[in-house]
Order: sequence, then structure tokens, then C-alpha cells
Amino acid sequence: MGQLPNLLLAGLSTGSVYALVALGFNVIFKSTGAINFAQGEWVMMGGMVAAAGHAAQWPLGLAVLLAVVTVMVTGILSERVILRQLARPGPLVVTLVMIAIAICTKSLVMLVLGKNPASLPGFSGSTPIDWGGLRIHPQTLWIIGITCLVMVGAHAFFERSILGRAMRAVAAQPEAAALCGIDPRMAMALAFALAAATGALAGAIITPLTLTSFDYGTVLGFKGFSAAMLGGMGSLPGALVGGILLGSLESLAGGLISSHFKDAVAFLALLLTLFLRPAGVLGKGEVERV
Amino acid sequence: MLEVRSLRAGYGRAQVLHDLHFSIAAGEFCALIGANGAGKSTTLKGLAGLLRPIGGTVQFDGEPIERLPAARILRAGLALVPEGRRVFGPLSVRDNLQMGAFTRLFPRKDPGTARQFEFVLETFPRLRERLDQPAGTLSGGEQQMLAIARALMSSPRLLMLDEPSMGLAPLVVQQVFEVLANLARNGLTLLVSEQNATAALAFADHGHVLEAGRIVQSGTARSLRDDPKVREAYLGI
Repeated sequence: MGQLPNLLLAGLSTGSVYALVALGFNVIFKSTGAINFAQGEWVMMGGMVAAAGHAAQWPLGLAVLLAVVTVMVTGILSERVILRQLARPGPLVVTLVMIAIAICTKSLVMLVLGKNPASLPGFSGSTPIDWGGLRIHPQTLWIIGITCLVMVGAHAFFERSILGRAMRAVAAQPEAAALCGIDPRMAMALAFALAAATGALAGAIITPLTLTSFDYGTVLGFKGFSAAMLGGMGSLPGALVGGILLGSLESLAGGLISSHFKDAVAFLALLLTLFLRPAGVLGKGEVERV
Repeated sequence: MLEVRSLRAGYGRAQVLHDLHFSIAAGEFCALIGANGAGKSTTLKGLAGLLRPIGGTVQFDGEPIERLPAARILRAGLALVPEGRRVFGPLSVRDNLQMGAFTRLFPRKDPGTARQFEFVLETFPRLRERLDQPAGTLSGGEQQMLAIARALMSSPRLLMLDEPSMGLAPLVVQQVFEVLANLARNGLTLLVSEQNATAALAFADHGHVLEAGRIVQSGTARSLRDDPKVREAYLGI
């Protein structure tokens, strides 16, 4: 047994986090056609708020919940206070506004929570579990488990619940959805709430492994965006496939070649996707708002 | 049932409807005839609440509805089947129908929707065979049936259809209008906009002719069919 299984496991856990970030990108892309560049900042904010909650002696579970709720409120406010002021914003306008919101979010976190890196303890400690030569950080299991739950939950929401299907209806035919009495603004607010909440959760569960700080969001956002493109923008299974693929590639490149290559892999994957298969691995051949 | 008075509407600075007057009585099957660009779609969008009118009033059962959002107008009992069908392609036929009843399923579930679902499937038996198929895979005619069925799911009292014959083979157009005539016989009030005046006037009881944003002629379908001007301009005879 070489290092390969360990590298793949590490890839699976970072990949899971990328998948959650990609899920956020996809949900907002589906409902607005825009790329939400604040997604990475929401992930960072999730980690930072959870760490601040823990530093203030909150129980770990409550600190994570606080992070998810705070960021979700930030997401909803971004939509309500800023985007809703624009009359029929197109995808490009939304994308640009989200870049502005990203910068504001980052600065706000820096001003309120400071410039120092923050950390969280592992949810069930950090003594590695030895399992037949595999050394597993317990947080890895938490990350993979929570990601699976979120993915299954998101699938059930969009396939089964009336609100989830209504959101897909708005994405497919906004005008016909309005004629069915589905308020497109409600669908948009819901998309922002969901994307912000998954982002915050991703930030909170990865922080025990990586630390976090106010300037951590840009990189994570970029990784999540690459994962979403790799899997196919707008596709739910695509987020999972893209995330795991990117996480594994990164981990392998970091372990087998050099850790300097780790971040370059995401760039390379994004470029190759754009050159060879712009719709992504699970994309539908053309980038359309489905 | 519907009273349209001095309705004016348009997009941005381009005013399309100038001073539109017409009314529909309960139980009437009414056709809105006009050429491309006459303002048929604008009229229906204005009535359904997709477009806020610039001026004028619309009364539905005596209540003003011209300022209401689309969801409220739908709840009042006025539904629109949009031009080009616009079914939710990735969603199954069943989900499309449920979305049609969205206002009756969310936030509280109205038990009457199950009955309406059965009624709609009896009206369109083909849809029952395709319930779990994505709507995007249906043929054009089936999609038009689905779009009508979806609008019926809200149990409207007045159903409006924007160019239901668009892009359909003549035989399918015939079938669509037969279904509409059947619904009308069972008491549903209908307003159908059509470029295809032949089909519309063959089935409707009343007609209004729209030209450049104004109603230029109204009457029974028979009188319009026999009118030399209408025959020349819209029936190609």
C-alpha cells in the first residue's frame, strides 16, 4: 500500500467541499443565468463565523448553525436589498453585481472578524483513525458524510418538493411559470438562500482541516467554479462529479508531483474543460438555462 | 364576465394597444383575430398580468384586475396559455400539471386539485400515457395539449389562449379546437387569439378583429365569416 489510497481519500474530502461550492454556483446559475462570484466569500464567511462562534465558547454544532444562518441571511439580503432594486437584471448585470457583493462581503468579514487566520477543532477530535494502512482524519468522514446528505437533500428538494420543482419551472420558462402563479422573485430569493447556506456549510466543515481567513474565499470560489464548469454548469450531479474529480486531481498532483502544482491543476482543468468540452463532463452539449 | 375599457399597453416607449374596448359574456367562446403585430399577444399579456397596462381598466366579474400581479389574476380565475406553448421541458408531464396548480398547492394544499387532475386527464387522454415523460420530449401537438391542460389545472373560469394553432399541422389544429369547443360547451368561457382566422371563426361564437392596437370590428363568428372585408383580409377568400 503506497500513498495512493491516502491521496485519493484526501482528494475525496477536498473534492466534497468543492462539490458543495459548485452546488451553490449551479443553483444560482440555474435561476439567474449568472455566475455568482460571491459564492467563495460565502464559504469563507461560513468558516469565519463558525470559528468566531466557537471562540466565543459556543458549542460546535451551534457555532456551525450560527454560520449557516448568518451567511444565509447575508445571501438573502444581497438579493433583496441589491438585486431586487434592478428592473429585470440580465445574467451579465447579476454577475457584475455579485462581484461587487463579493468584495463587500470580504471587507465586511475582515472589519468585523479581523485579519487573523481562524480555526475550528475537528467535529470528533483530530486523532487519525488507522484503517488498514489508511490514515483517516475523522473530519474527512464528517465532510464526506455531510456532503452526501446535502447532495441527496438537494436532489430530493428539486425533484420532489413543490418549491424545488417550481424553481426548475422558473428556470425553464420564466414567463410560463409566472402564468402559473409562481413568483420569479421568490424563486430567486430561494436560490440565494440555498446557495449561501450550502456555501457556509462547506466553509464550516473544511475549516478544521485547513484553517480559514478573510482572504481565503477567492481561491475556494475559484475552485468551486472550476468544479462546476468541469461537471457541467447547472447540473446537480455535475457538481458532485466535477468536485470529486477536481479534488482527486489536485490531491494526486500535489502528492505525486509537487504541492506547488496543487492550485495550477484547477486552472488547467478549467482551461481544458473550456477548450475541449465547454458544457462540462455531464453538460448537455450546449450551455443553456435548463 | 370580462370588460375591457380604453386599455392602453406597450413595451417601453412603444405603445402597442391604443384604447382597446371589448367585453366577453360568461360562457362565450370568443376569438381575437388579427395579423402579426396587431397586438393580440399584448392584449392577452396585459389581461393576464404579465404586462402592466399604461391606462384603461379591466374588470373581471365586476372587480378591477388591471393592477394585480399575475398570481392574483390567476387566483381570481383567469388563466392564459402562452404563445408557443412554453411547457417546462425538463419537468415531467405530471410535474407540469402540478405546476399549473401551484397556487392551489402552495402554501396550502387544496384537495380539489386531485379532482381537477383527473378531469384534465380525461380531457386529454394522451397525457395520461405520458405522465412520467419529460415534457420536452412530447410532440408539438401534445405540448399544446399539455399547455392547455396545465392552465386548466388552476380551475379557471376564463381561459385565454395565445395562438394555439402556431406551428401545428392542420389536423392537430382541428383537434385542439375541438377540445376547446368541448370545454366551451361545458360552460368554460374562452378567449382565443389567432392569426389562423379560418380555424378560430369556425369554432368560436364571437369574434373581435384587432388592427394596429384597436378593435376595428366585432360580431358573431358567422357574421365575421360572411363579412367581405374579413374574408379578404383574414380568410384569404
